[in-house]
Amino acid sequence: MVQQKLRVTLLTGRTIEQGVGKEQGKSSQEYFEACSTVYMDEEDMKKLGIKNNTNVLVSTPHGSVVLKAVKHPRGSMPGIIYIPYGPWANAIVDDSTTSIGMPSFKGTPAEVEPAPDKPILSMEELLKNLYGK
Amino acid sequence: MVVIKSVTCPICGSLCDDIELTIENNEVVKVKNGCALCESKFLGYKGEHRIKTPMIRKNGKLVPVSLDEAIHKAAEILANANYPILYGWSSTSCEAQRIGVELAEEIGGVLDNTAVVCHGPSILSVQEVGIPTCTLGQIRHRADLIIYWGCDPWSAHPRHLERYTAFTEGRFEQSDWKSYIQKVKATAGKKKIDSALRRGVVKRPKAQSLRQYELVNPPPPTLMKEGRKIIVVDVRKSMTAEMADYFIQVEPNKDYEVMQAIRALIRDQELDVDKVGGVPVEYLEEVADAMVNCNFGVIFFGMGLTQSAGKFRNIDVAISLLRDLNKRTKFVIMPMRGHFNVTGSNVVFTWQSGYPFGVDFSLGYPRYNPGETTSVDILLRGESDATLVIAADPGATFPRRAVEHMAKTPLIVIDPHMNATAMLGDVVIPSAFVGIEAEGTAYRMDHVPLPLKKVVEPPQGILSDEEILRRILEEVRAIKAKKMVKVEAA
Ligand code: SF4
Repeated sequence: MVQQKLRVTLLTGRTIEQGVGKEQGKSSQEYFEACSTVYMDEEDMKKLGIKNNTNVLVSTPHGSVVLKAVKHPRGSMPGIIYIPYGPWANAIVDDSTTSIGMPSFKGTPAEVEPAPDKPILSMEELLKNLYGK
Repeated sequence: MVVIKSVTCPICGSLCDDIELTIENNEVVKVKNGCALCESKFLGYKGEHRIKTPMIRKNGKLVPVSLDEAIHKAAEILANANYPILYGWSSTSCEAQRIGVELAEEIGGVLDNTAVVCHGPSILSVQEVGIPTCTLGQIRHRADLIIYWGCDPWSAHPRHLERYTAFTEGRFEQSDWKSYIQKVKATAGKKKIDSALRRGVVKRPKAQSLRQYELVNPPPPTLMKEGRKIIVVDVRKSMTAEMADYFIQVEPNKDYEVMQAIRALIRDQELDVDKVGGVPVEYLEEVADAMVNCNFGVIFFGMGLTQSAGKFRNIDVAISLLRDLNKRTKFVIMPMRGHFNVTGSNVVFTWQSGYPFGVDFSLGYPRYNPGETTSVDILLRGESDATLVIAADPGATFPRRAVEHMAKTPLIVIDPHMNATAMLGDVVIPSAFVGIEAEGTAYRMDHVPLPLKKVVEPPQGILSDEEILRRILEEVRAIKAKKMVKVEAA
């Protein structure tokens, strides 16, 4: 049965593509493509009835953002989604620092739903949307 | 054409100092020895994503201005602010960081570096319990068990394995390349058999051997082998996990439990559960055995521990595990520092103010209280009234609500690249790339200081971070002196 929404745990972190994009320049196409992606478990994608490269809406209590869903290339990680560090990921991570200065970049509960018709915002659009600048 | 040898790569905390650059007409044209990140930076630094001129936001738009105007504007904002944050510092030289401390003290601001969202929790924990560590050279020559916990060096520190751990030839330890290549061949062979099976080209082997294929993560024979071994513990199968001799997949936010379980096991205690943090206890026993039986082990850890639930407690337990292990054998631990000079910023801030990050000068003397004097917290509470960001990109790395406040108050950005923070900036000053267009000093993740070289001239009119900060500091002092004169006259 295809589900409308899937509950998952959100992790954010580094990928080599994000690293290369970052050194190219954060306004580069490489950086945009690397960071506006969400890696998902293959089985989880099947549950949502989506294929590789479909846009999805990822939501947490802290915000939501449209990203491109891509199958995680190695091993399985059911119930986990992985977004590379960047303004897209940080629009939705848990900001509580538990009194030590460090926000909770890993382990935020999240929901994923297919959004094939919603566009992924460019960095400029995203910043304008979030911060009005 | 000149070839410059032994260049230090200004990207990640591995700080490889064996890069060879070919320079032609004041441009880097060839990079030798570097990884993908290194090539991307040395060949791409001059690209179209650089900030070309100083800019100030006027009527909602960033417009080009002269350097003098931008510096004056920046100084004015800082001199008039009550509680400014000076954040970043990890991708610049120690020399620039030192001027940063002077500036923060002069304006009574909060001085903070990217460690706060990176290895800040590790530092807190080290301040509590200490850290048994060593240099990367020691590890290269002696370590026979290498554990990467919650980090993925293949992606974040691509040459770490090759230069300091598994794939390097040490004086007492051999490179693990050969066995890795054998492993790759074996997997490729297995894939071929699998696909042949699927296509029905060969007959299915007997049921029993098929079952063997289906076993998830059976303890591999390589864990029993002589010589160097790598174990990776992570919540997902990273590229590094793919190369490891043994990979343990932990459920998110469960590292603390798993580490405590290993502590129990190395003290020969029995666990009366089957699984801890999603990992079958037998697997943990294998790891505990490998740990106790090695001659020189090392745990490298990353954001997987510092950014997950427990945060600095995870590091506490990692260091406690190490203390237990050191009763049985020799073990060291090291954080995988990200930015090339984040270690330097902790060192410089500590040597100048007594504290490694989150240093608050607003009372006229340095104060340090993580959770209160750290940038994300100050921004979330909406207390700061201006921000200077240098050599970092909090616009992309801070949570949304923190960036919201940063964007609402005057924002000064010093950076070579047009990044998210620069797009939100009110005063944007382009700088030279330290380690390419400016020289300086940086600290490797194991606290070894290395020189950064200047290999080409920066673009016309673009200054180094150090020079820009010095000019801002002079301007701030001039503005404050003028104010004093006015007050005295009145
Ligand atoms: S591993 Fe790090 S320091 Fe070494 S070349 Fe790659 S990016 Fe540079």
